[in-house]
Amino acid sequence: MYNWIPFWPDTAAVSGHAVNGLFVAELCLSAVIMLTVVAMMLYYVFRYRKGSDATRAGRVQKTWHFEIGWTTATLGMFLILFVYGAEMYVWLFQAPRGDEEVYVVGKQWMWKVEHPGGQREIDAMHIPVDKTIRVVMASEDVIHSFFVPAFRLKHDVVPGTYETIWFKAHKPGIYRLECTQYCGLQHATMQGKVVVMTGPDYAHWLTTQGVHESMAEQGEKLFRAHGCSGCHGANSTVHAPSLNGVFGTYVHLQDGSVRLADEAYLRDCILNPRSFTVAGYPPIMPDFSGQISEGDLMKIVAYIQSLSGKQETRR
Amino acid sequence: MTVTTVDRDALPNPMDEPSFLTSENTIASWLFTRDHKRIALLFFASITFFFFVGGLAATLMRLNLATPKGLLQPAVYNRMFTMHGIIMVWFFLIPSIPATFGNFFVPLMIGARDLAFPRVNLASWYVFNLSGLMVLYALIMGGADTGWTFYTPLSTIYANGYVLAAALAVFVNGFSSIMTSLNFVVTIHRLRAPGMTWMRLPLFVWGIYAVSVVMLLATPVLTMDTFLLGFSRFTGIGLFDPRHGGDPLLWQHMFWFYSHPAVYIMILPGMGVVSEIIPCFARRPIFGYTGMTMALMSIAILSFFVWAHHMFVAGISIYSGVVFSLMTFFVAVPSAIKVFNWTVSLHKGKITFDAPMLYALGFVLLFTLGGLSGLMLATLAIDVDVHGTYFVVAHFHYIMVGATVSAFFGALHYWWPKMTGRMYPEMWARFAAILTYVGFNLTFFPQFILGYLGMPRRSYTYPEVWQTWNVLSSAGASILAVAYTLPLVYLGWSLFWGKKAPINPWRATGLEWIAASPPPKHNFPRTPIVTQAPYRYDPEADTFVSQEGTPYAE
Repeated sequence: MYNWIPFWPDTAAVSGHAVNGLFVAELCLSAVIMLTVVAMMLYYVFRYRKGSDATRAGRVQKTWHFEIGWTTATLGMFLILFVYGAEMYVWLFQAPRGDEEVYVVGKQWMWKVEHPGGQREIDAMHIPVDKTIRVVMASEDVIHSFFVPAFRLKHDVVPGTYETIWFKAHKPGIYRLECTQYCGLQHATMQGKVVVMTGPDYAHWLTTQGVHESMAEQGEKLFRAHGCSGCHGANSTVHAPSLNGVFGTYVHLQDGSVRLADEAYLRDCILNPRSFTVAGYPPIMPDFSGQISEGDLMKIVAYIQSLSGKQETRR
Repeated sequence: MTVTTVDRDALPNPMDEPSFLTSENTIASWLFTRDHKRIALLFFASITFFFFVGGLAATLMRLNLATPKGLLQPAVYNRMFTMHGIIMVWFFLIPSIPATFGNFFVPLMIGARDLAFPRVNLASWYVFNLSGLMVLYALIMGGADTGWTFYTPLSTIYANGYVLAAALAVFVNGFSSIMTSLNFVVTIHRLRAPGMTWMRLPLFVWGIYAVSVVMLLATPVLTMDTFLLGFSRFTGIGLFDPRHGGDPLLWQHMFWFYSHPAVYIMILPGMGVVSEIIPCFARRPIFGYTGMTMALMSIAILSFFVWAHHMFVAGISIYSGVVFSLMTFFVAVPSAIKVFNWTVSLHKGKITFDAPMLYALGFVLLFTLGGLSGLMLATLAIDVDVHGTYFVVAHFHYIMVGATVSAFFGALHYWWPKMTGRMYPEMWARFAAILTYVGFNLTFFPQFILGYLGMPRRSYTYPEVWQTWNVLSSAGASILAVAYTLPLVYLGWSLFWGKKAPINPWRATGLEWIAASPPPKHNFPRTPIVTQAPYRYDPEADTFVSQEGTPYAE
């Protein structure tokens, strides 16, 4: 839409177009303000330069009316920008249940990407066009920032938690993927590509990755290997909350708070169970922090998520 | 109104006393001086040194970025931008105007003989140099590569290099800031001359007052934060490490709680300087004096409530993002009012274009552009796009370098005659002012475009398609380097061969202009009695009334 503007970067997602509109609006406003200041300044310095014979009588005096009027006008204009930007931000940063999920782990200095089907890539992310993609991100070391300029979307990936974003690409193509948070020596090269493919191409791509096990299937194995199934399994005699259908529901905790059981919550529960004891259950789960890699954690989370059957759509 | 011409010879002759420069000549008389004017010059020497060290790092960076392949090793580049940031922020920009011109002129402008605590003032300089030695140690040993923001857990666990020394330098540096600002707050409250009411204070003094309050309240938080950082790095305790229950974002919250107000620490004194220069060279009162003072103070107060706008994409709650965006728009309102008032202050003036005025006008334009790009960054959805790119780099350089350094040079030229007793060569100074403006825009405007195209900051390399913009930027940087070095040459020349400066070369109204050029050790032969508001210039009659109430005609 704005491609006629010189140097305008490529736009390939729904979010990108929304941000474009806001950016152009603010660019125009800034241009008007800047030109007004420049024009006033140039006119005054020329007209009232020392040598000119323009009259200096009757200078404007500042009054309270003037002061309040000018302040209110500025504030009003700013508030419009604020509301416009804030509304879009809330929309951008509340990830709905996607049509597809992709898991991303940032580490010095690469992006590791894994699809629910078990397909894995490094510094590349293949996604289908016109689908809402939910991206669950984790960091293995320092803070990274996941940025796709053509989607006008970025979010930091902070170690110790999951960050979730979403986007919906509408144009097949290959787009830059960057890290925009300085993350050490090779930060500048922590870049990759997002490959947006048509539905059939994507389906074909998924089948040619030589994968036999989905993330959930791998997760199930890990679930057994780490002994989770001993308590949370179907035939367990230990009094532990069942994980069937827990994903996406609200969980009541011992301390009275209520948490949505999303990816970040499951991660917290596995690594730091004593802080998230479910109401009515004894605090007996051992904590697993430092014992499971981010990649394996994501597989276990994917497995628990798969226990909830088909993914519901929240938005 | 009748205007009487005052014969300057009839006033008690301040020339009878030797100036502060020549009253004592031993090295010890400089190193142990308690005279605010000498301490100002000591600070001036220190920060000028650091300005060129930081500038050298910037030069290497721009040289590296002239080609995608680059010139420096990645590790060297990373260390260069880190040291550039640390040195420019804490060792040049923050002390720049307050510690030099504030130190020199606050007592003169309020009619005092010195700051309230002269020994603390000298101690501040020594502490500053101690921290300066630490940062030089860190730099010479190989530097740190965390970025000036020291984000955890990169800085606590993963970064190599002399992070501890650099953080310690910042830690110690804070005490110098605190000492200087405490001194200003007490001085401005307690040592104003009779009749110098708050509403008669020159706006430069208001600016220094506002900035001192901010420094006094914000710096201790940075002190704690860098202490915790150093402690975590040294002992391995996991305050910022999620694997030990720490929170990486805690660092960012505390860091920006200081460092956002720090941005205002850098710009508020510049606003004060420009508010002195514009009325003087437009020969008319500043438009909306009361509004200007209120704008300064409201910026100072609001600056404490906007810190998390550096963290919109860092994983904070989206609702706190919304609140901080709103607060950021609020802080932009007084800034917009100031721009408007400076511009209208030219209306029906009698404007001359000496170098200080050129720098001041440049300040207004660069500040406006920087401010407008700041509005974009305050808009949440746009920040999600351009955060962490060169757009942000361009934005804050427009404010902190374009505006603040212009104000610094404006102040330097405006007060040079008073500080040294010599006039600077006007033509060279005008040339440098224009060159600064051209070089600055050529350096940093292309960075807005690069940022919007998606070039991440702190990268030693980039795809070839972006080379044109980077070459423009590097070319601008070379012009800027000349424009910043030029004053060093001709001002140095003027120290020896410049024309002797009269007491009041700009026909300005402030009290500093009734003291001799350069002033004697105790500034005023008698305590001035203030009867007038500042900036009583009259372009119609071409007269002005000093704050002492003495009317002058030419």
